[in-house]
Amino acid sequence: MVSEVRNNPNAVLRVEHLSMKFGGLVAINDLNFEAKRGDITALIGPNGAGKTTVFNCITGFYKPTEGMLTMTRDNGETYLLERMSDFVITKKAKVARTFQNIRLFSGLTVLENLLVAQHNPLMLSSGYTILGLLGFPTYKKAAADAIEKARFWLEKINLVDRADDPAGDLPYGAQRRLEIARAMCTDPELLCLDEPAAGLNARESAELNQLLLNIRKETGTSIILIEHDMSVVMEISDHVIVLEYGTKISDGTPETVKNDPKVIAAYLGVEDEEVVELIEHAAATGSDDITAAVDLLSTEAIHEIEVTHAEPSAAPLISTPATKAAKAAPAKPATAKAPAKAKTVAKPVDPAIKAGATSNALAAPRGGKPDSLIVIKGIGPVNERKLNEHGIFHFDQIAAWKKADVIAAEAYLAFDGRIAREDWIGQAKKLAKESQIKPAAKKTGGAK
Amino acid sequence: MADIQASGQDSVYLKATKEAVFAGLIAFGLFFLVVGFRTDQNINNELVLVQRWGLLAIFVAVAAIGRFIFAAFITPSRERAKLAKSKVSAAARADRRSLKATVSRFGLALLFIYPFLVILILALINFAATGQWAFQSGVQGSLKYVDNFGIQILIYVMLAWGLNIVVGLAGLLDLGYVAFYAVGAYSYALLSTHFGLSFWLLLPMAGIFAAMWGIVLGFPVLRLRGDYLAIVTLAFGEIIRLVLINWTVVTKGTFGVSGIAKATLFGIPFTTGPTGFAATFGLPNSGVYYKIFLYYLILFLALLTAWVTIRLRRMPIGRAWEALREDEIACRSLGINTTTTKLTAFATGAMFGGFAGSFFAARQGFVSPESFVFLESAIILAIVVLGGMGSLIGIAIAAAVMIGGTELLRELEFLKLIFGNDFTPELYRMLLFGLAMIVVMVWKPRGFVGNREPSAFLHERKMISSEFTKEGHG
Repeated sequence: MVSEVRNNPNAVLRVEHLSMKFGGLVAINDLNFEAKRGDITALIGPNGAGKTTVFNCITGFYKPTEGMLTMTRDNGETYLLERMSDFVITKKAKVARTFQNIRLFSGLTVLENLLVAQHNPLMLSSGYTILGLLGFPTYKKAAADAIEKARFWLEKINLVDRADDPAGDLPYGAQRRLEIARAMCTDPELLCLDEPAAGLNARESAELNQLLLNIRKETGTSIILIEHDMSVVMEISDHVIVLEYGTKISDGTPETVKNDPKVIAAYLGVEDEEVVELIEHAAATGSDDITAAVDLLSTEAIHEIEVTHAEPSAAPLISTPATKAAKAAPAKPATAKAPAKAKTVAKPVDPAIKAGATSNALAAPRGGKPDSLIVIKGIGPVNERKLNEHGIFHFDQIAAWKKADVIAAEAYLAFDGRIAREDWIGQAKKLAKESQIKPAAKKTGGAK
Repeated sequence: MADIQASGQDSVYLKATKEAVFAGLIAFGLFFLVVGFRTDQNINNELVLVQRWGLLAIFVAVAAIGRFIFAAFITPSRERAKLAKSKVSAAARADRRSLKATVSRFGLALLFIYPFLVILILALINFAATGQWAFQSGVQGSLKYVDNFGIQILIYVMLAWGLNIVVGLAGLLDLGYVAFYAVGAYSYALLSTHFGLSFWLLLPMAGIFAAMWGIVLGFPVLRLRGDYLAIVTLAFGEIIRLVLINWTVVTKGTFGVSGIAKATLFGIPFTTGPTGFAATFGLPNSGVYYKIFLYYLILFLALLTAWVTIRLRRMPIGRAWEALREDEIACRSLGINTTTTKLTAFATGAMFGGFAGSFFAARQGFVSPESFVFLESAIILAIVVLGGMGSLIGIAIAAAVMIGGTELLRELEFLKLIFGNDFTPELYRMLLFGLAMIVVMVWKPRGFVGNREPSAFLHERKMISSEFTKEGHG
């Protein structure tokens, strides 16, 4: 881990051996990572993992117990952030930040908020107030320029109309955007965003993604963000770092990170015993490979993350009437509750399973963790949920479907012929096989 | 329709009458024994019961009439005003703004002609009384109004405007502001008596000394907020006062420094000699000229304070002060050095306190630690809070009400007619004054002018409601 951080000239920020202790509490423990210039780096992790502490160390609000934070500016100057006080970091090293709980100047207008952010250049042009007080023209010009710059950012965040309203009067989403614009008014080269999408709805967080991508494209600012909203993290970040209990547990592209079993375990808060239990369970169900068991766990986790955080646009569009139709559809006489297939842990079909379930329906997924059925082309999150409601959790279950089962499934999914057309059974067979032989393969398939 | 309205009016009066009778009865019940009777001793040392029906009647009448007026006129008119307020258009708002501008311009003009206006009015009164036109009589009589009202109020206006920078803009609660006033006063008093330096040289120097002390105070309190800051600044004010009392070698302790040189007008002294002001301009000898000169001097100083404050608010430093009041941590995240920002706020506020102090010394000709007690700090702070933190006009109004009000209460001789000859209104003025303050704070919790005027605007200048602005955390 230590050697991971090389002297990379591309790195805008290099964090080496960063530790932060509050008394006996170790908030960050020997953290190493680097943020590349022009990249959007996401810092994720469960609550209390130390993400905000890392930010506070970077922006000088905390003095780290140990470690080195090197900021390399575009012009090649390097700054050791751990030696600088907070406002100097913004002023000289050009690192700007936003806050988890919005910290706008609520009694100042939107415009004034952006002007306060241009304090340092304006101070210079007003001759440290003295020339400005005497009415020298340099300050008048600088003040007009500052207002123009504020207008530029207001246009970017769509708040020109509300420029003269108090910032505290803005709706929540607009306040978040304003805070980012305010940080950008300090001309940063590294922008640290602490949960910019917190409290935003899906549309607002999609707009936020656009704003951040725009900022990067137009100003070349590198961005580090802490975020829980996976639609933001996975969509815009080039690089994801995962923290848990102050240590880095994963580092890489969004793809690699989200398939990292450690990450999933950390995110779902799975206890070690539970992991062991799952492995045992998986062994019992025939997946003799231990990694397969862990994998089982991770697939489920990704699925969960994706389902809960999926952006509406990203989710396959399945019209809601279909759902209604499915519910309204007369329960086809359930195909005989045939004895479970070879690999299924035979459990009597639970009354919880909806009527019209297929023959091999399960009361619960094996080992408590269903497969990510959306991997199968044609199954989206909505259909997956419906399948789960009807007791279908695993690829092998679909693979084992008979003709009658297909008809039953199509009835509750309100499809006709799609299962055959898209060859769900064929896909499922392949996936079921793969999941036993080469567990990693199917995980990558889980990406949107 | 008209019928309904008429009957509506009638019912209002009917209701008001009922309420008035009720209030009168309650007042009678309450005061019957308390006011109506008084136990006293007669010359034989016997206990006698004095009946005071007249006074009781006054009490009851006040309660009943007050209730009637309140129910019949004030409440309906307030409701109407509320209704009308919700219907004001943008044009009406613009009208009101221009009206406000004219009012403040008118107020300024009034301040400039105030001494002459007073002289003229007094002369006219004299003319009406005696039938003789004597301008000089107006000049003599104006002394009280120019000095006790004009100068006194303007000193407090200036002090409150100075403190407004620290408390209203930067949000740093300072309970020891009078210390800077003392520093300014003693700087002028000591340097002019020992070295004979002129007022015009010492005025800026007093400001600079006070600003230095502002920085001295600022350093230790940089990390303090809220209550802690208030306590330390309070202690600082007391330390300065105790030093002035105990450092007798320099300050002469409680005796104070007397015989302080007066200010001069471009080298012309305000003395009775042949080179004096009156002789130079061929005017009869009078102490009023110096007072009028001082009036214009303090008016100029106060307006300088206002001008600098207005300019500073549009400078980056002024915005940084207000941002500091709103959120210190956000300020630091934007690269603002909060240390220097706080120190400049303390220093600027203290500087104006120093100017006012040196003026005070020149006006009184005598300074002693008695003048710089905590009550002064409290009054100045009360003016700032009452006026609305950050608002210059509001503070000026508050200073006029508070200082002018206490002066006016000295004149309330007519109260003797109600409360009897042994009633001394002077003794009650602080009580009345405190009551008035409570009433104002209940009525307008954010001061007379609670709205904040933005320092810059893109489309139009909208006032910011006080519900968004913060008071600062110290």
